[in-house]
Amino acid sequence: MLLKTNSLRWAGLFLALLLLLVLMSFSIVYGYTDTTWKMAIDAFTQFDGSNEHIIIQSVRLPRALIAAAVGASLAIAGVLLQTLTKNPLAAPEIFGINAGAGFAVVIAVSLFSISNLQFFTWVSFLGAAVSFIFVYIIGSIGREGLTPMKLTLAGAAMSAMFASMTQGFLVINETALEQVLFWLAGSVSGRKLETLTAVLPYLAAGWIFSLLIAGKMNVLSMGEDVAKGLGLKTGMLKLGAGIIIVLLSGGAVAVAGPIGFLGIVIPHLTRAVVGIDHRWVIPFAGLLGGMLLLVADIAARYIIMPQEVPVGVMTAVIGTPFFVYIARRGFNQ
Amino acid sequence: MKKYYNMRLFGEKVSFLIDRRALMVFLILTASVAGVFIISTGTGEMKISPLKVLQVFFGGGSDMERLVIQSFRLPRIIVALMVGIALAVAGGILQGMIRNPLASPDIIGITGGASVAVVGFLALFSDENNALTVSINWMPLAAFAGAAIVAFLVYFLAYKDGVSPIRLVLIGIGIASLMKALTTLMMVFGPIYQASQANIWITGTVYGSNWGNVAILVPWTLILLIVAFILARNVNIQELGDDIATGVGSTVQKYRFLLLMVSTALIGGAVAFAGGIGFVGLMAPHMARRLVGSAFGALLPASALIGGILVMAADLIGRTLFSPLEIPAGVFTASIGAPYFIYLLFRTRNT
Repeated sequence: MLLKTNSLRWAGLFLALLLLLVLMSFSIVYGYTDTTWKMAIDAFTQFDGSNEHIIIQSVRLPRALIAAAVGASLAIAGVLLQTLTKNPLAAPEIFGINAGAGFAVVIAVSLFSISNLQFFTWVSFLGAAVSFIFVYIIGSIGREGLTPMKLTLAGAAMSAMFASMTQGFLVINETALEQVLFWLAGSVSGRKLETLTAVLPYLAAGWIFSLLIAGKMNVLSMGEDVAKGLGLKTGMLKLGAGIIIVLLSGGAVAVAGPIGFLGIVIPHLTRAVVGIDHRWVIPFAGLLGGMLLLVADIAARYIIMPQEVPVGVMTAVIGTPFFVYIARRGFNQ
Repeated sequence: MKKYYNMRLFGEKVSFLIDRRALMVFLILTASVAGVFIISTGTGEMKISPLKVLQVFFGGGSDMERLVIQSFRLPRIIVALMVGIALAVAGGILQGMIRNPLASPDIIGITGGASVAVVGFLALFSDENNALTVSINWMPLAAFAGAAIVAFLVYFLAYKDGVSPIRLVLIGIGIASLMKALTTLMMVFGPIYQASQANIWITGTVYGSNWGNVAILVPWTLILLIVAFILARNVNIQELGDDIATGVGSTVQKYRFLLLMVSTALIGGAVAFAGGIGFVGLMAPHMARRLVGSAFGALLPASALIGGILVMAADLIGRTLFSPLEIPAGVFTASIGAPYFIYLLFRTRNT
């Protein structure tokens, strides 16, 4: 790990927060429409109704906030899921959360001809929640309750089922494909600030509670038996973690569509930086997740200007080399 | 009653145990494969009774029935069977080798590589009217090349004094996401017609299979299958972890490479002709594990048969349920497989 002492970690946390803010201001200033730093400051202090000011206030600002919030949520959800399932490959998309949301949106488009992005938010949140509840129940049946193995398998099965049904609808219905293809790729652009504020309470609750249970997640990661022996109510903790995961990843997918890869990469990257203590991993993962998504989103504007690349594509393109490097270097050294 | 039979062959040179329960499961599954095969052959726009189907197999039946069965239905059903077998066995090997229940052909990027190759193929070799400028017969080759290149890339990137399973799979996931990103990119910016063509391929379908495909796929899959079964006991050892495997005298790295090559070749063949059929490679081995336990001697044949049944049944449903509309088989592998798998999870809940 990179940061070995607690004072170094505090410094790192501060630095990461600073970097996140810097990236957010970059995201506000740089884009297709030429704007300067002065314009950006003026847009908030002395708004004059010019085109640039409107773009900064109503397009760039929501976009920056959404990227930061979604990135942070997905990363934290990934950390919790990997601990909950004791599987380094676990991520929100493997637990049917993205697939459930995608399926709900495709149903809404092809059966009820809804194409309102605002409405997609609630439909996909619902789909994500329903699918994760299914997975959780199926993973919990039986005498010994929720085991990592059963949860993993149930998640993979449900995810495959929803994904294939989504594909089925899209194969039959080409117009729906056209409408949802961009949504399915995941994007943080073209969303209003209201989209974020609608789910922000859920996301914020997820962030706060994930920090509160961080210490207990450390105990859980030592194994079920040890955790029980130390007096931890594992059943309650796992249920709590499950609810937090739904809030975070359901909220994220509702705002930005299914953005893959973040939820699996960031936890690994974070552990390479700060070690395996959840009290540090969770805040760091949140910040790093926000940073990666912001960088990906800024890059997405410049690659093939004036068109935009879906940000889900850019996270993979930027994140993969890092990830391969870290994986080669070894994780827990 | 004894739980195992003892088999000795070639003057006691080769010996193995046969699990009674696994044998029973194996027989039932074989019968189901035959059953689904015959029913699927007889079902479609023109219905043919199972008895007639058997007659046609042995050279009887009317000319019309022979034509329908031999030139339209048999090729695609055989391709479906082979694809199911190949994906399931490859998935089983990968899960054992990587020691992770989530390992599957999709997750380590092999299928993703094939998808990129196919979408790229459609984009490169199409003119303005979306007509292909080269023969569609080159598409399987493109898919196979994509799968093979990605498999080597993943192995190469994961190599550092040998390949550890976790490094292999994590790098595989990274590359898989990259491939998926590239696929999405090309689909979003290409014309919508190509996107929907590509979408059908990614979902996976055995539509339009012909005897030419069968002639390549069947020997390819069967030879690799035999190799896989011979290597099966090495999967058992790999599953114990590197230290124990080395301790009992297995050359871990050599067999890991061999096993990866065999599964890549199996997957490559399957995706070349049927596209990215999901779920089978992931779930068929789990179903088999619930039925026969986790010793690979029994697990691989059982998952092969389950995989074959899944894809054949999915194809049957895909071409009959919404007839005359054809739904790609890949849509239904998960829809029929997942409920059964959840039932199995439920039934074996106390083990």
